[in-house]
Amino acid sequence: MSPGKKGKEVIVVGGGLAGLSAAMKLAERGCHVKIISVTKVKRSHSVCAQGGINAAMNLKNEDDSPYLHAYDTMKGGDFLADQPPVLEMCLAAPGIIRMMDRFGCPFNRTPEGNIDFRRFGGTLYHRTAFCSASTGQQLLYALDEQVRRYEVLGQVEKYENHEFMRLVIDEEGRARGIVVMDLFNLKLDVLKADAVIFGTGGPGLIFKKSTNSTFCTGASNGRLYMQGMRYANGEFIQIHPTAIPAEDKLRLISESVRGEGGRIWVYGDSSKSILAPDGRTIPCGVTGQPWYFLEEMYPLFGNLVPRDIGAREVLRVCELGLGIDGQMQVYLDVSHLPEHIQHKVESVLQIYRKFTGEDPKKVPMRIFPAVHYSMGGAWVDWPAADDPDRWERFRQMTNIPGCFNIGESEFQYHGANRLGANSLLSCIFGGLTAGNEIPRYLETLKESYGNLPSKMFSEAMAAEESLKHDLLSRSGKENVHKLHDELAYLMVQNVTVKRDNETLQKTLEEIKKIRERYRDIRLDDTGSILNQTYAFANQFGPMLELALVITKGALLRNEFRGAHYKPEFPTRDDEHWLKTTLATYDAKKDEPVISYVPVDTRHLKPSARDYTKAKKVVPHFENVPTNIQLPV
Amino acid sequence: MADKPALKTFVLKIYRGVTGNQYWEEFELERKPTYNITAALMDVQKSPINRKRERVTPVAWEQGCLEEVCGSCSMLINGRPRQGCTALIDQLLKATGTNTVTIAPFTKFPLIKDLVVDRTSMFESLKRIRAWVDADDSYDRGFGPKMSPKVQEALYVLSTCMTCGCCSEACPQTNARSKFIGPAAISQVRLFNSHPVGKVMAPERLHVLMEEGGVSDCGNAQNCAAVCPKEIPLTESIALMGRAVVKQALKDMVGLPDAE
Repeated sequence: MSPGKKGKEVIVVGGGLAGLSAAMKLAERGCHVKIISVTKVKRSHSVCAQGGINAAMNLKNEDDSPYLHAYDTMKGGDFLADQPPVLEMCLAAPGIIRMMDRFGCPFNRTPEGNIDFRRFGGTLYHRTAFCSASTGQQLLYALDEQVRRYEVLGQVEKYENHEFMRLVIDEEGRARGIVVMDLFNLKLDVLKADAVIFGTGGPGLIFKKSTNSTFCTGASNGRLYMQGMRYANGEFIQIHPTAIPAEDKLRLISESVRGEGGRIWVYGDSSKSILAPDGRTIPCGVTGQPWYFLEEMYPLFGNLVPRDIGAREVLRVCELGLGIDGQMQVYLDVSHLPEHIQHKVESVLQIYRKFTGEDPKKVPMRIFPAVHYSMGGAWVDWPAADDPDRWERFRQMTNIPGCFNIGESEFQYHGANRLGANSLLSCIFGGLTAGNEIPRYLETLKESYGNLPSKMFSEAMAAEESLKHDLLSRSGKENVHKLHDELAYLMVQNVTVKRDNETLQKTLEEIKKIRERYRDIRLDDTGSILNQTYAFANQFGPMLELALVITKGALLRNEFRGAHYKPEFPTRDDEHWLKTTLATYDAKKDEPVISYVPVDTRHLKPSARDYTKAKKVVPHFENVPTNIQLPV
Repeated sequence: MADKPALKTFVLKIYRGVTGNQYWEEFELERKPTYNITAALMDVQKSPINRKRERVTPVAWEQGCLEEVCGSCSMLINGRPRQGCTALIDQLLKATGTNTVTIAPFTKFPLIKDLVVDRTSMFESLKRIRAWVDADDSYDRGFGPKMSPKVQEALYVLSTCMTCGCCSEACPQTNARSKFIGPAAISQVRLFNSHPVGKVMAPERLHVLMEEGGVSDCGNAQNCAAVCPKEIPLTESIALMGRAVVKQALKDMVGLPDAE
């Protein structure tokens, strides 16, 4: 279908990198797309991604390849990710970079004018393309621009400052539209379509202070979960080693700072000792001298170990009392780097300067780990290229037919720990993939929403009206923002870097108590114009449900894998736990119902995850399909 | 009791309300290390009690990334357009030598409520000026054009515009009666007209800048560049586009497309 004509109706909820990729592809393929976003899409959380986007293009003559990228990604994720989607993502990455380059995304250049690459965590190769240190912003803008073209052509319609409230599901269980709320006036409305995609980002606000934007409440996924969508691997929350502590937010200092040569250190104390990962007990540096503990413990990867390892080591060193002035802070130092190298991460250094008043070019930055990313998210399907039922199933589709999920809000690419600069890639890849799968899904539908009884729309609307009335009229004694503080305290203390079962069990009960008290809230604003208190109170219910999913998943998983570290169970246990956690909502039960499915390891046998001395390897991939079709 | 604020507190004075009913309201807040406007507003939201000890409705504001890269939390802070997240309370108090920080919504955009305005007009301008590279499709068709690091750097700076609205707010030519498209959109014309592929549509973009409210409406006050949080050389962009428009007008008279 030529652009300009209205095509089949698809709704995209979320206007970040994933949502815009999907919207662009769908519009190009003749669909008519409605984008729903709580903000102007150009302000979506993708702008916060700093360091870059991975693609093994081997432009630095290191014998890099997409297979090595896939290997690093699987190993970095501690082999929890299903392998077919990871492999295809890595194969598609070079094409995605070239596509974004054509859109005018201003990637940094080599002197000859080629795209430049830097190093990032969890790899020994230069495979990260970047735009200074605001790569996410620049990629998002490039897609925002392409989508705006389709908006002018009438193929895309935006509902900005609108929030997704509820999925409309038909009698067969298929998604047929959504109920949205206009955040400026609290008016509810129904939007109809034959498929709905969600790219709504992570749930960082469950922990309140994180590196996430304030839009990242997780409420959309929470609502879908409460409507029957399965949620996978919720317990895997990435803690980023380097953020600036502050009152309102923990601002990220990009891994690229270390990729360009930044070093983490504390003052040593030779009277103390620490157990190194190779089993030796070593002194904590030399008293009074900088101790570059990551470089000493991980000689090969140094400051560029994967984030889960970096965060744990920073915490361990601080717990020994070696943090700056005894506090939970360590130094991240770029003051030794030459000016032209510092310039490559200027936008991050500027953030540090603006928020602390100190110049990181002169004094080392003070940083501490912060909640950063959710590896878990909506469970989505992925028929592999050579699966016999490949064309009967749909990639990126949740267990609710017609309801797709992409970007950070789904689970499938990063396993137990995401490697830096893989998130932007998975957002664009997932978005393009969904953009290709949905037209095919629409072809299989016997009826469009217009031919179905309209009762489902009026019922969904009525349910939402009643919830709105209920929330606005609650007249108890609890303050929803204070409940949020309490929830966040529990989650940050008990469900981040280090976890233990006794505390997790207690946390589960405490969250349920907060959920009880949530019934007893009273809103400080009951008006209808831009009532942000109401909007948040409405989000808080589903956030509590996801908090239970995260906590219960962590409680049950008795092993140590990637970001999930439980000292009681100090090793990875493939025999019992090489499986994906699935959480299902049951309104009759007071906590999530958890089940498991095995991980698809058809390409690569899980190996030990060693970052101390493992050299460059040539992984052997098995069962690689010969008929892979990339979405780019 | 509120007359003598203790040393550890400060006063956040907010111009709030809706069109036709805007008023000042003061909140007394504790001073905390690294405290900024957005953190202060979060505390007001949690406990919306004003200086007269009255419980009032929470103040509405826009926020997002909180690290000055999304453009959401633009507002007037001590009279200057900027983002609330990077406005540190201690620095603001030090700069004025008072114990009060004043915040207000932008005045050049329709007011929604309290500190929130509707900046849709800026995004509509991006549509008018065709602020995109006309790529054929979203497939892998090889690399885009090679580009020197110098050109990339220049384009990158122009491309960091967050459409935050500070430039228009500061501009004396932007007001309810003017159609001036504003510095941000003019600078975006420069961005896309400088891109090796984007420049194919350069004449179309320049034609928009020739219309009423185009580049000639700039009065050269240079406030825009002074307030731009991303230090985009906006006045330079306007000057360059002013010259490009003149050149384009000549080409239009000759009637031949640019063969450069």
